[in-house]
Amino acid sequence: MAIDPAVVGTAQPAVTVDVEPGRLRAFAHAIGETDPVYTDLEAARTAGHPDLPVPPTFLFGLGAGDFAWLTGLGVDLRRVLHGEQHFTYHQVAHAGDTLTLTPRIVDVFSKRAGSLQFLIREIAVRRDDGSPIADLRETLIVREPAGAS
Amino acid sequence: MTVTLSDVRVGAELPPLALPPISRTTLALFGPASGDLNPIHLDLDVARSAGLDDVLAHGMLSMAYLGRLLTGWVDQRRLRSFGVRFTAVTPVHGRPTCTGRVVSIEEVDGERRATLELAVTLADGTVTVAGSAVIAVS
Repeated sequence: MAIDPAVVGTAQPAVTVDVEPGRLRAFAHAIGETDPVYTDLEAARTAGHPDLPVPPTFLFGLGAGDFAWLTGLGVDLRRVLHGEQHFTYHQVAHAGDTLTLTPRIVDVFSKRAGSLQFLIREIAVRRDDGSPIADLRETLIVREPAGAS
Repeated sequence: MTVTLSDVRVGAELPPLALPPISRTTLALFGPASGDLNPIHLDLDVARSAGLDDVLAHGMLSMAYLGRLLTGWVDQRRLRSFGVRFTAVTPVHGRPTCTGRVVSIEEVDGERRATLELAVTLADGTVTVAGSAVIAVS
């Protein structure tokens, strides 16, 4: 099913998330992180961090979840490929921060006679004091099943 | 050769990060911890219904490994930007190696910044992730 290009420019509902140290440790464990700065509060503080730092790619998943926004557009998650991901950093976030993610769909286009649809979304991440943390840009590719158009 | 931040120059290579084969346990841990709950990474039945032989590793798992390559080399507070293209899927049991190389150094906003070219490559030579990062070196 083709994604309606009218969704371009749609500001999606902002998501506010508390960064929990347990989730940061679970993430570090899952990726095999060996640097204690990411798991041990003392090591983080010794390195000058107020708390456990949020690692560079963790912000992506804060707004991902069950991808309800995608299924809401009629997209079958089995057909979604992550094409590109980009982060611009303003400052490092830490455990205990409350972050607000503001996503916006910035482009939708198709290639190969509509068999590949591209969906580009930008997400601004701010701390609750208003200071910018990072800007994310993601490109998702939806493969249409053979024979469909 | 590998390089420390103090003598960074164009062409310098970061110490590579070789990972063990990606297990199903890793995928089961990474999904909930990262927030990427797409069942294509977790549920064999869903993968098969999409015509795949098996579940696929999360692209963001490979990007997280590249993040380890970067923060293992420099303090994360020096990282200005980080972007990748996912160029091939990573199968279960894939064995990724992360590499990085300094491709340019320039003065931006009053600081010296190095641009790194990054890749994740499987044992069979498949490049699964290609990207770049910008790091403040001084």
